[in-house]
Amino acid sequence: MSEIAASSFVRQELMPERPAPIKTTGFIGFLRTRLFNSPTNILLTIVSILLLWFTVVPAVKFLLVDAVWHGTDRDACLADHAGHVVGACWPYVAAKFTQFIYGFYPEPERWRVNLTFLLAALLLLPLLIPRLPAKSANAALFFIAFPVVAFFLLHGGGLKGFGISWTASLLSGFVDSIGDAGRQLASAGEATAVIGPLLTLLGKLVVLLSTAISFVIWPLVWLRDQIQATSRPVWADFAASAVIVSVLLFALNGGFRTGWRSLVISLIVFAGIGVVISAMGLDRGGLPLVDTRLWGGLLVTLVVAVTGIVASMPVGIVLALGRRATIPLIRIFSITFIELWRGVPLITVLFFATYMLPLFMPGNFTIDGLVRVLIGVALFSGAYNAEVIRGGLQAVPRGQGEAASALGLSWWKTTALIVMPQALRHVIPGLVNSFIALFKDTSLVSIVALFDLLGQLRASFADPVWSTPTTLFTGFAFAGMIYFVFCFAMSRYSLFVEHRLNAHRRS
Amino acid sequence: MTMTANSIVSIAGLNKWFGDFHVLRDVNIDVAKGERIVICGPSGSGKSTLIRCINALEEFQEGRIVVDDIELGPSLRRVDDVRREVGMVFQSFNLFPHLTVLENCTLAPIWVRHLPKKDAEAAAMKYLERVKIPQQARKFPGQLSGGQQQRVAIARALTMNPKVMLFDEPTSALDPEMVKEVLDTMVDLAHEGMTMLVVTHEMGFAREVADRIVFMDAGQIIEANTPADFFANPQHARTKLFLSQILR
Repeated sequence: MSEIAASSFVRQELMPERPAPIKTTGFIGFLRTRLFNSPTNILLTIVSILLLWFTVVPAVKFLLVDAVWHGTDRDACLADHAGHVVGACWPYVAAKFTQFIYGFYPEPERWRVNLTFLLAALLLLPLLIPRLPAKSANAALFFIAFPVVAFFLLHGGGLKGFGISWTASLLSGFVDSIGDAGRQLASAGEATAVIGPLLTLLGKLVVLLSTAISFVIWPLVWLRDQIQATSRPVWADFAASAVIVSVLLFALNGGFRTGWRSLVISLIVFAGIGVVISAMGLDRGGLPLVDTRLWGGLLVTLVVAVTGIVASMPVGIVLALGRRATIPLIRIFSITFIELWRGVPLITVLFFATYMLPLFMPGNFTIDGLVRVLIGVALFSGAYNAEVIRGGLQAVPRGQGEAASALGLSWWKTTALIVMPQALRHVIPGLVNSFIALFKDTSLVSIVALFDLLGQLRASFADPVWSTPTTLFTGFAFAGMIYFVFCFAMSRYSLFVEHRLNAHRRS
Repeated sequence: MTMTANSIVSIAGLNKWFGDFHVLRDVNIDVAKGERIVICGPSGSGKSTLIRCINALEEFQEGRIVVDDIELGPSLRRVDDVRREVGMVFQSFNLFPHLTVLENCTLAPIWVRHLPKKDAEAAAMKYLERVKIPQQARKFPGQLSGGQQQRVAIARALTMNPKVMLFDEPTSALDPEMVKEVLDTMVDLAHEGMTMLVVTHEMGFAREVADRIVFMDAGQIIEANTPADFFANPQHARTKLFLSQILR
């Protein structure tokens, strides 16, 4: 009994708070607990310090201490002239800087490239900052309006018509090609004996079909001809297209009851297009043409990388869904497509797109070399993204889709609202991995005579004015820094997005 | 089990195979409006499959299911119409983890019923109050306890104003402490007159709420009776064995 009473205790005075022992916190604590707390760690610390010493010190020495900062030609970067061992030759970079950025883009037109860069930055930055409003308008501007504007800015040229002319030309071209094929088939049928009559009949049927379609689209073609006969065909076509599209949207979205909103949006969009057309003078021939063969440097790198990244996402999503489709034809097509593109090196794709594709194209049909490369890169990296996204789709539990179906959501809505958002969240690291790989793989386009940043760099080495022993190293160091800045920025931003989107996983 | 005039779910001659495995064998059942049915049976007896057939999460090969005069044949052509009338609560909740509780509850009204966002949110809050968790509306499902998640799942199903609610072992994945809050919610729902088909092992709930208990084994209905008779006076030998094993 008394023993139990002796164990009772009541504190009379509360202990004041004391700082932690100096040995466990602060810099000394860090040294003791993280760097020198065991023989292995002591060894690792020493090895790391030595490694840093042997890499960082020479790099700093080359890039900063021994570097030459001023000069007008190679003499400045020679040891004899400088009076010491010469590191990086920065005047060479300064002299070649415009070439690295613009390639052979004509000097008086370079403001167009700058303006494109500026527009891209102005549209992309607010898109990347989650706090800013109007994300859907911003995204529409960046993903739909900006590419068109950038094309006319960088490439130049103007418009000859608008929506109606394009549609009419496209359809009548389509009808003509059907008719031609039918006539060829019919004449081939007359030449062969065995299945001749059948082929002739088939050919005549196809011709008949094309004639029938041409009657259907006749009003459109007539409208185009009327518009093209006016004194200002672009504006006439623009006005007609605006009216037709707006009225259609107004009617389809409920007319006088609920259609006003879409009518207003349509009119605003057309007003914006009109402003762009008149500001850039697209109706009067636009800016002077700059052939894509003159483009180069960072411009080409960014055009290929951004187009590739943006275009490969929808390609990847569609292929990933296709590969999981229950319809065999879609599944087989997706698998074939993915495996074909993954099984071929990018260099082969680029080579094929540039040199072999024109051989298979009919007669006068050509696509610009850069565009061919862009398509090749987008499909190539789309196939990779498809497999990454498929991994994400597999990580979404089956119950998610079932719950959405049970609520009455269709397959499309289930995929778009429930499955795909979760799948993409799972695979952000993998997607960014392939974006970064794509960004660096753009340097392969120099194999098909497009001079991207690296291509321009190598071209500049041939210049005798700047041929010094350290030019090569300086150039690659500079290009490496540019690549690093872009890739590191992508990597950090993806971490930020990952952290933000995975807010629901933190409890 | 005759076809009654006011039956809201009627299943006739339902047969289903998983490959060669005959999982549902000639199931016939009619559920009247406002009726509460508890389906029990050993695992693998096909009870989950049966209620998953009702809103077409599973396809079936023979027979017909009529929900609120909408016939769901083996071709499942009117799936979407049926799913709009039928709410479902899953064993593993299946809340959408990337959406907040409120967004979970407004998703279907906005995208299926095309309600304006404001109306959908107001309605969702009403249902969240009914399951007694309105204060969690802005949280993500991962931040809630299992019982709270399951109550959100019930609210989410209710936002579509279903005529029938299906429960697929709603309390099996819960900690024992949380079973009660979910069962209480279901009891409230039953007292409000909701037609319910509940697959569960909670015999207390069955005794208190059910109008009828259906006992299944090996893909077929072995016995169906009122709770009083089912527990006091089971007929079939298999039912007696089952009851002797689960009731101590």
